Amino acid sequence: MNNRTDNIGFANEETAVMSLSKLYRQYGFKQFKMSKFEEYDLYAENKDFLLGSNVITFTDTNGKLMALKPDVTLSIVKGSNDTFTEPEKVYYSENVYRVDKGTHQFKEIMQVGLECLGDLDIYSVSEVIMLAKKSLEAISERNILDISHMGFITGILDGTALNDKQKRKIIDCISEKNTLAIKKYCDEFNIDEKTSNSLVVLTGIYGTFPKCVEEIKKISLNEKTDSAVAELENIYEFLKQYGCSNGVNLDFSIVNDSNYYNGVIFQGFIDGVPSSVLTGGRYDNLVHKLGKKSGAVGFAVYLDLLSRLMSDDNDFDVDVLLIYDYNATVAQLADTVKNITESGKSVKAQKVNSGSIRYRQLMKLENGEVEVLETND
Amino acid sequence: MINVALPKGRLGEKVLNIFEQCGYDCPSIHETNRKLIFENEEAGVRYFWVKPSDVSIYVERGAADIGVAGKDILLEYAPDVYELYDLDIGKCRMCVAACKGFRDNTERTLRVATKFQNIARDYYAKKGRDIDIIKLNGSIEIAPILKMSDVIVDIVETGTTLKENNLEPIETIVPISARLISNKVSYKFKNKEISKLAQKIREYCETK
Repeated sequence: MNNRTDNIGFANEETAVMSLSKLYRQYGFKQFKMSKFEEYDLYAENKDFLLGSNVITFTDTNGKLMALKPDVTLSIVKGSNDTFTEPEKVYYSENVYRVDKGTHQFKEIMQVGLECLGDLDIYSVSEVIMLAKKSLEAISERNILDISHMGFITGILDGTALNDKQKRKIIDCISEKNTLAIKKYCDEFNIDEKTSNSLVVLTGIYGTFPKCVEEIKKISLNEKTDSAVAELENIYEFLKQYGCSNGVNLDFSIVNDSNYYNGVIFQGFIDGVPSSVLTGGRYDNLVHKLGKKSGAVGFAVYLDLLSRLMSDDNDFDVDVLLIYDYNATVAQLADTVKNITESGKSVKAQKVNSGSIRYRQLMKLENGEVEVLETND
Repeated sequence: MINVALPKGRLGEKVLNIFEQCGYDCPSIHETNRKLIFENEEAGVRYFWVKPSDVSIYVERGAADIGVAGKDILLEYAPDVYELYDLDIGKCRMCVAACKGFRDNTERTLRVATKFQNIARDYYAKKGRDIDIIKLNGSIEIAPILKMSDVIVDIVETGTTLKENNLEPIETIVPISARLISNKVSYKFKNKEISKLAQKIREYCETK
């Protein structure tokens, strides 16, 4: 994989946040600005949702144990008013604090995302997935959105007599695309041939949506899996209508904890970034765990992963380097600088040119006269 | 172009041979020099030799699209990669070994010397045994001889090294073999190339 610097749509994180926010506002999502801290209890109770239990904690002035947010979704769900009359559509751009898998140290991660809570129908779910795909497209043309459905996987596993631990093993193999191990476990756990075949096919499936959906129809086992397929098809039709069905793939190797996620789940990828930059899905089960009744779907974009690809390294530090000597008056200098900035150029004024600054133009202010010494265009 | 991370050493040579038999040859790799990266544009592959335990890192971070790593490495570091195929070569076992005649005294914490901390920890956690892990980077066999540890957790291929040091394997934790792994994102963006390569290797290994 080559590090492509030419294919990222944003110059830096700020412009990324701005254009994504604009996109979300267009579809009626409201920004949700939240506090940096949250009571630690919230995370302690939902450890598995965070995929790793490390949070930065501190004791607040009133003695309560607080945490720096490792996640935004939980806070939004906790604060939602759980009404069914109108859906809550919110987006956020926040920093979260998590342990980096590679270095095992805490890291600040810039996250932009959105959540839709309420009495969800196929439209709201499809809209969120469409926005996920559009977010990826805003980042780069070379993007892929992989879609999976927890209902399909649990639907197949429900028919078996496996305990949670055994199911976990099967799901791990699916996420590794390890077909050989699936076969081995199916034998070991005495899974019937039909189910075991379904699991093997499921693990191997990867490709464009229309092609793969035909394959999963063949291995659908019961009502639950049938309805999952139907939902996926509806979503794909919706994406087609919005002209963003290119690069939408079906891939069951993206699995999330079924204690939290229940319906469609998805991940977004950008060529050149070695892990997913967008993750999301339907997480009614999490909402119910927090004692609320509504459904919820949402996603987050991890902007820190993109920073390496952003084309922020300019060839020049400034447009103009202005050198002045001790004779120059402040008024003269201010005048010259003003002239340059008003022409839309950036300028750095200093007494000597040490050679460490890359400039387009070198100017000199001497005896009240401005002289262009060098032009580098 | 597929970037392939190969494990330096005997296993890597075997793997390269399989890749070559499948049509992914690279003549320049057989020249004797100190180059680390070899490319064959026609076949669409670029090989590089890395330390066996680093293969999964190169693949996880996307510097290599695919690679070949022992199951021991995958279990120990649990990299976020796809495990596409079991090449069924480089076979050995992850074992618990101890000095001949060792009797486990379950009244005490067991001292375990190993390179594979996570595998050892998981294994004993499942048994509910309290252990003290001594992380070593090589010559693990010395630890029980010098009474620094009670047992070792290490890879055993033929058992010769153990035997010569008067040690013996007492339990097998898991069988090990070399696996074809792929970066999860490369698998998506270079799906055609990687699937084709994996398919060819699968066919080659199955006919053998």
